[in-house]
Amino acid sequence: MSEDRLDVRKTYKLLINGAFPRSESGRSYEVASAKGEFLANVAQGSRKDVRDAVVAARGAQAKWWAQSAYNRGQVVYRLAEMAESRRDELAEHVRLAEGLSSKKAQASVSRAVDRIVWYAGWTDKIAQILGSSNPVAGPFFNFSVPVPSGVVGVLCEQDSSLEAFVNAVLAPIAVGNTVVAVASEKRPTPAVLLGEMTATADFPAGLLNIVTGFTGEVAPTLASHEDVDGLDLAGVDEAFANELAQLAAGSIKRVLRPGANEDTSLRRLRAFVETSTVWHTIGQ
Amino acid sequence: MPVIENESQLRVLLSGLSGVDAVGAEARAAKLGTRSLKKSTKLTALDLAISMVDLTTLEGSDTPGRVRSLCTKAMHPDPSDASVPSVAAVCVYPDLVAHARHVLGTSPVKVASVATAFPSGRASLKVKLLDVREAVDAGADEIDMVIDRGAFLSGRVGQVFDEVVAVKAACGSAHLKVILETGELATYDNARKASWIAMLGGADFIKTSTGKVGVNATLTSALIMLEAVRDYAEMTGVVVGVKVAGGIRSAKDALRYLVVINETAGSQWLSPDRFRFGASSLLNDLLMQRLKQRRGVYVRPDEFSGD
Amino acid sequence: MSDDLTSSRLGSMAYDPAPESSAIARLKPAYGLFVNGEFSDPSAHESFVTVNPANEEALATVAQASVADVDRAVYAARRAYDTVWSKTTGAERSKYLFRIARLIQERSRELAVVETLDNGKPIRESRDVDIPLVAAHFFYYAGWADKLDHAGFGPDPKPLGVAGQIIPWNFPLLMAAWKLAPALAAGNTCVLKPAETTPLSALVLAEILQQAELPEGVVNIITGDGATGAALVDHPGVDKIAFTGSTEVGRLIQQRVATSHKHLTLELGGKGANIVFDDAPIDEMIEGIIDGIFFNQGHVCCAGSRLLVQESIADDVLRRLIRRVDQLRVGDPLDKNTDVGAINSAAQLARIRELTAYGDEEGATRYTSSCPLPDKGYWFAPTVFADVAQSHRIAREEIFGPVLSVLTFRTPEEAVAKANNSNYGLACGVWSEKGSRTLWVAERLRAGVIWANTYNRFDPASPFGGVRESGFGREGGRHGLEAYLDV
Repeated sequence: MSEDRLDVRKTYKLLINGAFPRSESGRSYEVASAKGEFLANVAQGSRKDVRDAVVAARGAQAKWWAQSAYNRGQVVYRLAEMAESRRDELAEHVRLAEGLSSKKAQASVSRAVDRIVWYAGWTDKIAQILGSSNPVAGPFFNFSVPVPSGVVGVLCEQDSSLEAFVNAVLAPIAVGNTVVAVASEKRPTPAVLLGEMTATADFPAGLLNIVTGFTGEVAPTLASHEDVDGLDLAGVDEAFANELAQLAAGSIKRVLRPGANEDTSLRRLRAFVETSTVWHTIGQ
Repeated sequence: MPVIENESQLRVLLSGLSGVDAVGAEARAAKLGTRSLKKSTKLTALDLAISMVDLTTLEGSDTPGRVRSLCTKAMHPDPSDASVPSVAAVCVYPDLVAHARHVLGTSPVKVASVATAFPSGRASLKVKLLDVREAVDAGADEIDMVIDRGAFLSGRVGQVFDEVVAVKAACGSAHLKVILETGELATYDNARKASWIAMLGGADFIKTSTGKVGVNATLTSALIMLEAVRDYAEMTGVVVGVKVAGGIRSAKDALRYLVVINETAGSQWLSPDRFRFGASSLLNDLLMQRLKQRRGVYVRPDEFSGD
Repeated sequence: MSDDLTSSRLGSMAYDPAPESSAIARLKPAYGLFVNGEFSDPSAHESFVTVNPANEEALATVAQASVADVDRAVYAARRAYDTVWSKTTGAERSKYLFRIARLIQERSRELAVVETLDNGKPIRESRDVDIPLVAAHFFYYAGWADKLDHAGFGPDPKPLGVAGQIIPWNFPLLMAAWKLAPALAAGNTCVLKPAETTPLSALVLAEILQQAELPEGVVNIITGDGATGAALVDHPGVDKIAFTGSTEVGRLIQQRVATSHKHLTLELGGKGANIVFDDAPIDEMIEGIIDGIFFNQGHVCCAGSRLLVQESIADDVLRRLIRRVDQLRVGDPLDKNTDVGAINSAAQLARIRELTAYGDEEGATRYTSSCPLPDKGYWFAPTVFADVAQSHRIAREEIFGPVLSVLTFRTPEEAVAKANNSNYGLACGVWSEKGSRTLWVAERLRAGVIWANTYNRFDPASPFGGVRESGFGREGGRHGLEAYLDV
């Protein structure tokens, strides 16, 4: 790149309903790299942005679930294709946000992409793990299927700018939910980039919505919003998590708090599904 | 010929009709939709489709001028090509029938009128019959009535039947098309039952939709109705036609319907006497495809008149 | 047949030919054996020609793999397993399989034309059914490779090693996908032997595997006849044999493998019963019967080749069925409007004719479609036998062609008894709008697959396979992994 040439700098916007608006409040805030250098002005999301994102997520959820599991898997896999093809850009932002070496940042991106691929392959299999036919005592065919809770709010981890983001938002998406994610407050740009990539990955509008800004400001709106079915509290400290969990209780949300052995127990995939059981008589 | 003397008998007959498996029916319609019509088959099919169009304007804003344009186009869809057939009919609201008749003169294009408080059908029987009679008196050759969906969905099938019979009587020599409004009936089972009520009541045609609701004609609802007219003809010898209306915009769609007719009810229904497309913008797409087949290049929409 | 049947025949509009171009297939004049990542000549330089069954014209020359070639292929698979594939993580195997799936999607039109040319099936079917399912199988199993811990077989289940896989000619590429995808996902390497009369699509798949940069030797594709298959079955370097084909050959393979340590799964023949109750959805049921036996020219192991129809509606069903059979378009498989294509080979045609002749001899009432048949090629007009009894040969033996035998029953119990009265047990259909009865019948049928109000539906997520002499083991679904894991 010629040193004389001025580069065109990017505006970092929200992702709501498949579009990239600025915050309705018009505000933005400064995001710095791990070393303290100015990185970008990122949209400072408001309560109303969260509200709009929830409306978008709700609007998209029935249709997302109505697609075949195969189609949903293809959509998520395409996000992996996009992320892989733009891995250098992602790695650059992970490097700056987390203060990693280039090599470690690239490795983080590789793990994130492989994680997306992992989730892509779950859409048409999770029912075979979580579902069952149940041998009840009587002439009934009884079967249980996992269905998505609906709209899931995710408060993303603060330190891991890409990997944890991928893990938290794709788990509920893989099982049929739609998501409103609040990105890491200090390290939002990799998430914003991934959000941009959903636009070329055939993600339907409203499937994934990303609000950047101050977690403390917008989290209570998400936690108390009655049209949100589930809440992932990964990105807040214990005290705040308690407060938000109490707010969430107002509409009996399913609340996920950080825990151990997530991968082996598939905790993230189980957190936002409901088990629906059907009985059907058997007889001539 | 089954004789319906009361609602109970009608109910028994309707409950004896086979159910429709929605998955199987939709799969069948979709598979028929993959038929590939090429060359002379395509040309013949395009001309047939044109001749089956009921060129329609049913807007609150309709004026005599609008109707004049419509009728002129109906008679000569492409003034630069005399080989293009005229359409089957124009379809208008009752108060514009006389004007349409006047413009069409002695042309073979028929005047079809909607009636019976189209599109909702929500009025007294007395008002609905008056609506029919006025349209007939004004010169309508065909009447497109709507069934009372409220009565059907609340189980008053006898009332639905009686209204068809009454409207048929009021039509005199005019042909009666009975609109089922399959989108509001929601299930294919209901569409099948409503088809039989209409046919038993004396319909000359059964029609899918008013074109005024969210879900209008679909390939599958047409399939169900074609099965109904086929089975009815086998049982009674009476041949009832089918009209599909609403949402059919492309020639490709229209040709798919012709395939469904061909492979369900058979070629006896491949004629304007037995099948109609209620449409407006479809005609131009048919003309464009026809011209493209002849010229060998894609043509622009402005080749043809907008209305 | 009564006069009623002919008088109810539907008149119809003729369709001009709408042919797909055969040039899309980009066939080469000759293909070698795909061993260790590259194409090579067979050791004995023997080859044979594969023909287009629709016109008997030669399509290409393919190699006849000798015992030495089989040995070479197994060695390549073993070395690939030991040095590369067993050290490849599930996440990496997953990504190879996703790549292959995507490439299949990208080359789907070409593959569909190749399949139709070599097999004789209508292009509409290869385009709309076979090839999409092939891609879907690779997609589905790609997603298992990195999550085997969760497949229900315990933590860290291990593969078997080298799989020898022998597939039939009726769904050439789909059968290759059913074998390769789960085997690779589970961590095995493979030696695949396509059927003698349909080698081409597997050889194009080999090119795709090269494009995907699958490590050499992980998949080897060796063409040849029965002798090649036998050599593969007997090879001591193979840990697992998977076979799809006739029960007759399956029996032989099981005998040969019985004294070895090889794991075995078999998917064999069937004589599927399509059971129709008086409350079946009538028009969809007729389509389902037609799909059940005339789809893929009846060359389907799970074909609904016996119609068991409730006696009270038998006449009406038969009348509608005959009317529908007459509408079937039999002809050029490359024509997009063809419903029924060519019989795959002269040998198969002879077998169909022989077995159908029994139907006449045994006194069943035959109806054969009056459709015109082309002069060249292998053709059999769709045929329905009515008044068939349980004891007739055409009710018991698999014809593997477009021939339906119609029997009746009076009660659900009788339907079940007649359906089960067979040594086979692959698939059945049940047609009724009454859910409780459908489930009651389903739990009593001895079959690996039961279709209710549909037929011949396949999905990579759904386990497929038979009971009794239709074989053992399942392909598809989580269950399909078991065949390729040491569990």
